[in-house]
Amino acid sequence: MTTTTYERPTTAPSDQLAKAIADVDGRPDVAFEEAADRPVRTKELVIVNWSGELDKVWPVLILSSTAAASGMRCRVFVTFWGLLPFVKDQKRIVGENWMQKMLTLMQRPGIDHLKLSKMNFLGMGPWMMGTLRKKYGVASPRELLEAATAMGVEFIPCQMTMDMFGLKREDLIDEMGDPAGAATAIEIMTEADASLFI
Amino acid sequence: MTLQIPQQVDARGLSCPMPIVKTAQAIKTIASGSLFEVLATDPGSVKDFAAWCRTTGNELVEQSADSGVYRFVLRRK
Repeated sequence: MTTTTYERPTTAPSDQLAKAIADVDGRPDVAFEEAADRPVRTKELVIVNWSGELDKVWPVLILSSTAAASGMRCRVFVTFWGLLPFVKDQKRIVGENWMQKMLTLMQRPGIDHLKLSKMNFLGMGPWMMGTLRKKYGVASPRELLEAATAMGVEFIPCQMTMDMFGLKREDLIDEMGDPAGAATAIEIMTEADASLFI
Repeated sequence: MTLQIPQQVDARGLSCPMPIVKTAQAIKTIASGSLFEVLATDPGSVKDFAAWCRTTGNELVEQSADSGVYRFVLRRK
């Protein structure tokens, strides 16, 4: 085999990423097959996605897509600020009353509009993160979300947060599962092999 | 002596976790017991492919590094 010298691309790595995302199709079945020599129980990861910030949602999506790629079942309970990134792209102001509308006026919903928890600098921080991301071939939250849902990561919206924020099921992306509450979160967290609150 | 592998995933230029995600998708297209080659430039992939193989039960048959490119040969379980 011949291996050619390869340098990290400094332009348009997103094309490769887009191709990588496009190649993702369905949950990998490899690890779901039980080995003949050892009975395997599918391992489970549960993440509570509480924050709506870029530097928290990003690792949630990286870990959940990697868990699915590792053949694990992964469920993400999406609550409080964490719900806003999962609002559909075309929705700008959501909610029933003025207070709920104010929330999404001040914090634009959608996966492309995440703020940093520190060094946000009126959007300068996220812009710089986006530029660095492209330079180093890192998948964006949107791309990771697409990969995660394609591989069967289950996102469960918190019913209470939806009520309080005035979010309807149709405001959220179609890939979200059925809304549930704290008892469901507790049940899946205690049954999982690992559970994280991010 | 390097093995000649027909199936390959080219994850060069991609950062964590895309080399793993791509590999997980691609490996299901080959038969159990078949070999599979992955090329990556992410230095973290050295530890990550070893961990992924332990988690999934696939076998890491061979690995090498050449001019910043990491090559992994995997056998599907």
